[in-house]
Amino acid sequence: MVDLAPYRAVLASRIRAQRSHRASFRLDLGSSVLVGFVELAEIAVLFLTVDRLGGLDLAAIVLVFGIADMSFSLADMVFGHCDNLPTYLKAGTLDVFYLRPQPLLAQLVTSDISLRRLARAAVGLAALVAGLVVNDVAWSLANAVLLVLAVVSGVVTFSAMFVWAGGMQFFLVDGYEATNAFVYGGRYAATQPASVWGRPLVVVFGFFFPMAFTAYLPTLTLLGLPGSDWLPGWLGWFAPVAAVWAWVLALASWRTGVRHYQGGGG
Amino acid sequence: MRPGAEDLVTEAPRGISRRVRPALRTYARLLLAGFRRGSRYRLAAFGGLVANATFGLLKVAVLFAVVEAAGGEVSGYDLGAMSAYIWISQGLLGSVNLMGRSDIAERIRTGDVTTDFLRPLDVQAAAVVEDVGKSLFALIPRGIPTVTIGLLLVGMDGPDGPFGLLLGAVSLLLGISVSCCTVYLVAVAGFWMVETRGLQILYMVVSGFLAGLFVPISLFPGWLYGVAVATPFPSMLQFPVDVLSGRADHGTSVLLIGVQAAWLAAVAALGQGLTRAGRRKLEVQGG
Repeated sequence: MVDLAPYRAVLASRIRAQRSHRASFRLDLGSSVLVGFVELAEIAVLFLTVDRLGGLDLAAIVLVFGIADMSFSLADMVFGHCDNLPTYLKAGTLDVFYLRPQPLLAQLVTSDISLRRLARAAVGLAALVAGLVVNDVAWSLANAVLLVLAVVSGVVTFSAMFVWAGGMQFFLVDGYEATNAFVYGGRYAATQPASVWGRPLVVVFGFFFPMAFTAYLPTLTLLGLPGSDWLPGWLGWFAPVAAVWAWVLALASWRTGVRHYQGGGG
Repeated sequence: MRPGAEDLVTEAPRGISRRVRPALRTYARLLLAGFRRGSRYRLAAFGGLVANATFGLLKVAVLFAVVEAAGGEVSGYDLGAMSAYIWISQGLLGSVNLMGRSDIAERIRTGDVTTDFLRPLDVQAAAVVEDVGKSLFALIPRGIPTVTIGLLLVGMDGPDGPFGLLLGAVSLLLGISVSCCTVYLVAVAGFWMVETRGLQILYMVVSGFLAGLFVPISLFPGWLYGVAVATPFPSMLQFPVDVLSGRADHGTSVLLIGVQAAWLAAVAALGQGLTRAGRRKLEVQGG
């Protein structure tokens, strides 16, 4: 049995720390909620001029957004500070993690937890519920299973993206923004109707980084929509396969990165 | 009034040039230092370019679909204008500070700013000028290549003749300056708050949206458009993009530049006032 007590102690201290600067923490939470609204508005604004975009109407897009945003926020809460890796690498403080008898990735994941991500996830959940209400979903056991599968696979897939990016940081260091293109670009892609993408985008965000599988395809399946040639509606059931593939990528990248690391010279 | 400022007034005009010129030279050096500092992070610039290009392609897909679904034009944007909007705004992301982060914020938080106050320089002007220098450098590895990628892969509208390009350059410089001065305002809030992270994130969310980073502000519903133009944010990105892409004709461009200049004066004056007030309030933690 793995002893989880050290992880628990660290996380509890992190949570207390975040709540100590109250004014900033409240502003932080408020801002996180606002981020969610702004990102939804960003897409909703487009529907002022058009009724349908890539075969989806506003109601369907709200559902896509809800699933994608909630999954991403939850993944971000747990794995998001893999983003701090370049800072540790540059300061040489990553070596400290190597001194402790715990796996590196497990330490990184539990080194911090961002409470404000919960506020973010709440916005996603609200959009998800609103999406389920305004859409004409034919409720059945199969569809309920599909929805749960989609959210769980989405969280797992987005988590894999953070770990993939983490592995790349060992090579990129200062060039960390390049991975943002796929992690945060991926989040943005996941909230779009993927049917508007050209072939190269389908390859990159449809399959290689399986962003279309996190929300768009499950929504098609749930609403019984046909989809496009390369991304047909029934593919929504394959979200768990996409999540497994994402972790294959993530672990390959992470192992390569960790093996490449030569230490901070300390 | 600071010691010395009185002589500066009485000795005018010869005295002004004698005192102001060396100061200007110092700021010019700071501008250059910021420019050169930017040039040290080549890999960072490359990373930024990859991100800008990827987001650009995703935006092309979705916004082109909007233009096509709306029958070839939406709020005056056809495909060429939309493409110009997407690629120029992505290209300016490395230069226009919509993140709200700055070095001076960290210096205020840690108390290092006390050293800055001891220097014979204006704290606000020095911080802003160095940031502007860094931003101008970012045009070389990020701005120009991003626009070139867009031009080659997608094609787009361009500035309205050489005079339009000149207006675009002025508008761009003003946009960068407005953003640096506004981010400075976020930083000086640190004189009153221990931690400005929340404020910085609030800035990041609001500025990007109202500056027209996600969708052009003319696509906003009327009330939201009204909110946007009542803030300095469109002056940072949307206006320079409109002038550079030739969407605004020469007359409108001059008007937009006037609005930008007014915002620059307003945020710079506010920053100056807050710096002076903050200097009296300054409390160094643990010092």
